Amino acid sequence: MIAFRQLCKAIAIPVAAIVTMASLPLPFARAALVSTDRVIEQAPVAQDDRQRVMQFLERQDVREQMQALGVDPDEAAARAAALSDAEVSRIVGQLDSLPAGEGVATTIIIVGAVIFVVLLITDILGLTDIFTFVN
Amino acid sequence: MAAALLVLALAACATPQAERLVRDPGALPARAELTTVPFFPQELYYCGPAALAMVLAWSGLPVTQEDMVPQVYSPEREGTLRTDIVGAARRNGRLAVPVTTLADLLAELAAGHPVLVFQNLALDWFPQWHFAVAIGYDLEAREIVLHSGLDERRVTVLDTFENTWRRGDYWALVVLPPDTLPARADATAVVQAAAGLERVGRHRDAVDAYGTILGRWPGNFAAGMGLGNAYYGAGNLAAAEMSFRGVTGRHPMQAAGWNNLAHVLAERGLKAEAVVAARRAVEIGGRDIDTYRTTLRTIETGQ
Repeated sequence: MIAFRQLCKAIAIPVAAIVTMASLPLPFARAALVSTDRVIEQAPVAQDDRQRVMQFLERQDVREQMQALGVDPDEAAARAAALSDAEVSRIVGQLDSLPAGEGVATTIIIVGAVIFVVLLITDILGLTDIFTFVN
Repeated sequence: MAAALLVLALAACATPQAERLVRDPGALPARAELTTVPFFPQELYYCGPAALAMVLAWSGLPVTQEDMVPQVYSPEREGTLRTDIVGAARRNGRLAVPVTTLADLLAELAAGHPVLVFQNLALDWFPQWHFAVAIGYDLEAREIVLHSGLDERRVTVLDTFENTWRRGDYWALVVLPPDTLPARADATAVVQAAAGLERVGRHRDAVDAYGTILGRWPGNFAAGMGLGNAYYGAGNLAAAEMSFRGVTGRHPMQAAGWNNLAHVLAERGLKAEAVVAARRAVEIGGRDIDTYRTTLRTIETGQ
């Protein structure tokens, strides 16, 4: 079963790449303005088509992962489009594990007594900053 | 008793950046506090939307916490990812520039810019990720002032803040209107922020930003290119042509400038001159030589 899934994946990636290349609005080796992002990029190497396809697919992945986290599809597309290639590469595949800021308001209720004491002490030490009454 | 003494001994431990700043503040004023940053108390898990809304509202946009929820909040995570904050700042036409040291953070506050910060308020093995907005500090009292959660004015010991911020990977941002530069950031960081505006189609804001950057760093090649590209994106071909002429005049050995000038000239019907510019790009060459060759071929064969 695992072997079968790996096989599927091995086939799916090149197929996706071909479909992607065929469906993009313009061929890659097009006459184009050099974008500001490209000017800023430090890498002194030429971008090949394979890299461009990978970046395109990564962006699609990020968008799908955002949808999986409950973000509206149009909104997920807009969020993914707002990121640079480098930013996309940094987060792809980890949207469910990267730190997400939620704040302190409600979660404290579920913190057990032990953690309360630990945090109280570390708060007093100035290592943490949970309780407003500690300063 | 021994434990209590240990606690007291440890409590005296200072954090490195705060300690250095308190000892030698350099040009930093001893204290600063912004009074014009609106405060939105966080609802539910909305510290991300609230913090972003506060800095955007400070920058002159009439937004609320609720407006920001669809743009940055991830319901299944019950929280907000840092990249979504950066993206949303761009989508609202603002420069999002990273701040990475405590000295720079305080310098931004001294310059009157609130700083959006990411903290882990608890511990590495029991994280409590949180967005807040730094609005002031007092080096003599060794304190930083935050709009945080439900507290409009949370005063935190500077060393404690440094600890919680370190566990948040020293992640912080200033969110500025396109005509305002951060106090400390280098040119590249601001050009990157401006390029972010282009990416989301805010070409007019990008034009303003590049103009501001060139005012400060007139010889910055990337900003010159960005100005031309942003004008082009905004559909102002005449201004784009003028920008790229300026770039090729100032940086005649940068092929990308000639390539982009060639495009704009061709689109404006100046074919002969466009061919000359495109040839120039090909002669200089470089990593994007394939693009330059395609540009030349396209112009010569007359699109």
